[in-house]
Amino acid sequence: MGLAAFLALVRKDLQLFFSDRRAVILTLALPIAIASFFGSLFGGSGESSSEPAKIPIAVVDRDGSAISKQVVAGIQADRSLATSTPRFEDARSAVQKGDVAVAVIVPPGFGDAAGRAFVARGARPQVDLLFDPSRSAELAMVRGVLIGHVMEAVGNEVFNGAQGRTIVSESLSQLDASGMPGEARETLRDLLLSIQRMNEQSNASGGGSGGGLAVPYEVKEDAVAAGGNAQYNGYAHSFAGMGIQFLLFAAIELGMGILLERELGIWKRFRSAPLSRFTLLAARGASGTIITLLTLVVSFAFAMIVFGVRIHGSVLGFAAVAVACSIMAAAFGLLVAAFGKTVAATRRVASFAVLIMVMLGGAWVPSFVFPAWLQRITIVIPARWAVDGLDAMTWRGLGIGAALMPTVVLLGFAVLFAALTVARFRWEEA
Amino acid sequence: MLAITNLHKSFGDIRAVGGVSFGVERGQLVGLLGPNGAGKTTTVSMIAGLVRPDRGAVTIGGAAVSGDSDPVKRRLGLVPQDLALYDELTARANLRLFGSLYGLSGAALDQAIDSTLRLVGLADRAGDRVKTFSGGMKRRLNLAAGLLHDPDILLLDEPTVGVDPQSRNAIFENLEQLKSRGKALLYTTHYMEEAERLADRIVIMDHGQLLADDTLSRLRARVPAGADGRVSLETLFLNLTGRSLRD
Repeated sequence: MGLAAFLALVRKDLQLFFSDRRAVILTLALPIAIASFFGSLFGGSGESSSEPAKIPIAVVDRDGSAISKQVVAGIQADRSLATSTPRFEDARSAVQKGDVAVAVIVPPGFGDAAGRAFVARGARPQVDLLFDPSRSAELAMVRGVLIGHVMEAVGNEVFNGAQGRTIVSESLSQLDASGMPGEARETLRDLLLSIQRMNEQSNASGGGSGGGLAVPYEVKEDAVAAGGNAQYNGYAHSFAGMGIQFLLFAAIELGMGILLERELGIWKRFRSAPLSRFTLLAARGASGTIITLLTLVVSFAFAMIVFGVRIHGSVLGFAAVAVACSIMAAAFGLLVAAFGKTVAATRRVASFAVLIMVMLGGAWVPSFVFPAWLQRITIVIPARWAVDGLDAMTWRGLGIGAALMPTVVLLGFAVLFAALTVARFRWEEA
Repeated sequence: MLAITNLHKSFGDIRAVGGVSFGVERGQLVGLLGPNGAGKTTTVSMIAGLVRPDRGAVTIGGAAVSGDSDPVKRRLGLVPQDLALYDELTARANLRLFGSLYGLSGAALDQAIDSTLRLVGLADRAGDRVKTFSGGMKRRLNLAAGLLHDPDILLLDEPTVGVDPQSRNAIFENLEQLKSRGKALLYTTHYMEEAERLADRIVIMDHGQLLADDTLSRLRARVPAGADGRVSLETLFLNLTGRSLRD
């Protein structure tokens, strides 16, 4: 009788779930929609056709010198920047409106001053960076990119350009009055004369080949993610995160179902029947596991078909983590029913708890962006283990060994939730 | 068939039931009456196994109920006051679930569903979702769910609340039919005319105590007749329980 009743209760829950088609569609479609959005923000599918986001900046050249023109040209050619060249009067408002993250203002006299500072320790000119305070991370990137382009432009002009020849000549003529110690002054004189000769040779040969300064290395970018030659797919993380979030929301509905059965008096029928408490709770746990697993499977199936998400690690490990997630979520649903009193009040509290749990669990943004102290304490959040476990099996491409700990911890949470449920469940129906 | 002996139950400092004893025989309908807060529902809940008594015993056919999954509970059917049904499921799916809880399956379950739906006049609506039913139809289905597994004892907690006269009459006919089949029925109600029509014995409770347990005619003999020479059950009830309002 126990098994038949168990199966009947599970079937009933599945019938109820599928009887509300609108709720089914929402349960399955919402995580897909939100995960698709987040996935597109976090790098998309990593295909070459999807260009990385560029930092929008404005450059105002108030100098117009050969050096400043080269700096602007270098910035405009940089593939990490989307550069506009507004008028000086418009640059500040472009930052204020958020149209650009940073405005680079090259002041009058920049070229000459930069050249002199470069060859003879003259006063360094000031470049103004107007930046949006909400995008300070982009400011740091622009600062780094700017250094490279200025060094390259100044070096090139000093060694090859007409402005460079003038700067070197003036520096040589002012050398005796510089107050430098004798030996150092003569060494600098030799250096400047050498530069002057290189510049003249370059000029005689048509320019551009005399040398200069450049960033002394090339960068080869190699994303270390999934095994083999697979590319990182941002959708893998977003579907894991949103899958967990909506799996927990589905678990709340499981708890709500029990509370609703109490309110409707149906639980009285269950309790008056010859059924053990284990049968009643285990059946709800089983149906909850099936429904939550379904939401996860449908989400990932969509991600695989549409966004090319792949399980680069162990398929068995992925299945183990997914099932452990679902069991944990079902136990969480029972816990909600055990602690809840009314449907309306419990839904609010439980939804809040889930949102906090998934936020701290790295479902919205990966946990590695958290501060170190937060990363340490969030190991007590089951969603963190769930997301990390699914990430490990998908885009990180790790083996089944990496699935073991998340699976065990998630099952541990399930046991904890079940124990609390048994301890707190209200069995008496007065 | 059903024997309740010296049942006690308190919730914190509140004594809900204090030493109640009565029985229900085969083929008998006992009306359990009492004002709000009298202890009727707690008594029925203890009989149905929903609440564990602090003291006392409930026996079914001489056997005490020993636990949640005791098979003796199969001899008991409960018709709660609430419409304890799933609106989103069909009548048949509801009954299939509740029958399965009592070990019914396959052809036996289908047969029980068909005959029970016929009994309550819902055979032609078996495949319809409960949310499309009227209040009276839901009440009849609620009754059907309690007697689907053919229990010896049926506990009915105000089974006619909010139904129209036609459905109420249909339910009465069902109950009379069940009584004639030898079922033991315990029927709680606030409607005196229902008890007068159906009950072979009346049990009146108040403040967790049993005030009366007798046949209607013997109870009537306890109070003087009115101007028309008759004693109504309501007069008797008010004499026993008082006229102060209960919340």
